[in-house]
Amino acid sequence: MTTIAALLQGIGEQPSSIALRESAWVYPGIETAHVLGLCLFLGLAVLLDLRLLGGALRRTPVSEFVARVMPWTWAGFALMVVTGLLLFYSDPVRFAGNVFFQIKVVLLVLAGLNAAIFHTTVYRRIASWDTSAATPRAARVAGGVSLCAWAGIVLAGRMIAYNWF
Amino acid sequence: MSLLPFFTWCHNTALSAAIRDSLWLFPVIEGVHLLALTLLGGAVLIVDLRLLGLGLRRHSVAALAGDVRPWLRIAITAIVVTGVLLFMSQARRYYDNPPFTAKMIAFAAVLLFTTTVKARAVRGDAPSGNTHQRIVGAISILLWTTVGLAGRSIGFY
Repeated sequence: MTTIAALLQGIGEQPSSIALRESAWVYPGIETAHVLGLCLFLGLAVLLDLRLLGGALRRTPVSEFVARVMPWTWAGFALMVVTGLLLFYSDPVRFAGNVFFQIKVVLLVLAGLNAAIFHTTVYRRIASWDTSAATPRAARVAGGVSLCAWAGIVLAGRMIAYNWF
Repeated sequence: MSLLPFFTWCHNTALSAAIRDSLWLFPVIEGVHLLALTLLGGAVLIVDLRLLGLGLRRHSVAALAGDVRPWLRIAITAIVVTGVLLFMSQARRYYDNPPFTAKMIAFAAVLLFTTTVKARAVRGDAPSGNTHQRIVGAISILLWTTVGLAGRSIGFY
């Protein structure tokens, strides 16, 4: 057995992990919070992506959206991460072995890299395109990649529950 | 009058059977339902936060509501179409499902609220930053959250 497999199995044998897995209400409650967090985090992030694509809120400067709305997005993101980690903690071996979970993790890494590239490149030059509805190509690419990655993450996430067996 | 014959009829259509008998159709439609929920969440929240005096405060409520309205319409259309398909495929099961009933009541309530009270509060000539607008924003968020909570519970019941 590899080290990672042993580690996952060890986590899954923790009393708190077993309690979470077998709970009648806590697990569904965490899952519900995960879905509500999705609306707060991804709903607002999607609006930013649409703004970058020139499709929504064209009158709103991109920097204003980032300054005024992104704090809410980060709050939603924190909720997603905490609830997501708890769901994983409840059954690490089964999640890790689920192909849709694996797809989701790969897409999450892709979405993270895309956001990092956006903020360290074209967003550095925000002053030159902040108020224009027609955004630079690099910003449109970032918005498009983000939309596709997150759509894939949501779909793969939903599929995890249908692929347990 | 009982709605059971209607639920049974829905359950027995060829469309329902096709979704029910497919291994992947229900999960995929459910996934698209979630994607539409995400877009809906964003389009609703940006206006409700503004009504609460948060978020994009430099824009008028009316301007923001107008800017996101096309996306709100797309989201609601997608969510209703996928929702009807999900319902059709398991209609008999949802007849005895209290969370489903609660969701439909909350959904009807939020649509009514949005097209009446909230529509007036986001009009161009509506005074902004007052207590009335804050209450409208809070009620809208609460109603939509109820729809989401009840919706997620359907599968647990």
